[in-house]
Amino acid sequence: MERIPILKLGQFLLVTIQVDMHDRLALVLQEELTGRIVTDSARGVLIDISSLDIVDSFIGRMLSNIAGMARVLDAETVVVGMQPSVAITLVELGLSLPGIRTALNVDRGMELLKASIIAEDEARHGQAG
Amino acid sequence: MDKPVELPLRAQEDVVVVRQAVRTQAVALGLSLVDQTKLVTAASELARNTVIHGGGGTATLEVIQEAARRGIRLTFEDKGPGIRDIEQALRDGFTTGNGLGLGLGGARRLVSEFHIASTPGAGTKIVITQWRKH
Repeated sequence: MERIPILKLGQFLLVTIQVDMHDRLALVLQEELTGRIVTDSARGVLIDISSLDIVDSFIGRMLSNIAGMARVLDAETVVVGMQPSVAITLVELGLSLPGIRTALNVDRGMELLKASIIAEDEARHGQAG
Repeated sequence: MDKPVELPLRAQEDVVVVRQAVRTQAVALGLSLVDQTKLVTAASELARNTVIHGGGGTATLEVIQEAARRGIRLTFEDKGPGIRDIEQALRDGFTTGNGLGLGLGGARRLVSEFHIASTPGAGTKIVITQWRKH
């Protein structure tokens, strides 16, 4: 069966979507990723979509679902690398990707995740102390 | 492409094939990257509708010429249950499936021309055109 590899990078998971996904593959990814957040105790998920030449409403919904599920599992999601033509099309399609944080590339996405984890940990320590 | 090409739309995998065929044609015709992306995205939404709501059907691709302009025309046809209220179906947020309800209305915004004809109990036919801009 086709799969999309999920790489562990420290506290984060990195998914690079490189295939033209059919809908079932998108659902498999959603399941595997949420499973990996738990087994790897991941604090963040980076989804690199720089190879995707379209994001339609189905893929958009999948990204929102992953972000929502990850949040419930105490992990942040950042979608990185969206092509400009994809961004233009998404907005005209009417998709605003609610609840999804984006960054220009993997490096910036990683910085965003690190910063948000530090902020979160500080807030938690603050509450404890 | 001289003759129209008809592709089957029976399963999810067929949606991917249609997307790729549309992209190839859009590149060959010289559509701008943004117009290619819009057309392929619209095709993806409509092809999925044909599979999920129409119970399968076909997508037909053709390059058309009208006066001095050229474009790509895509026709999505199914013999499914049809759409009772087309105006409602075109409105954002309307969905009978588990999508976001942006499929039809969203697809219409992405292309130069959009025509829909549907007969309850007989099927749906949607024709979209993307013209090459100069």
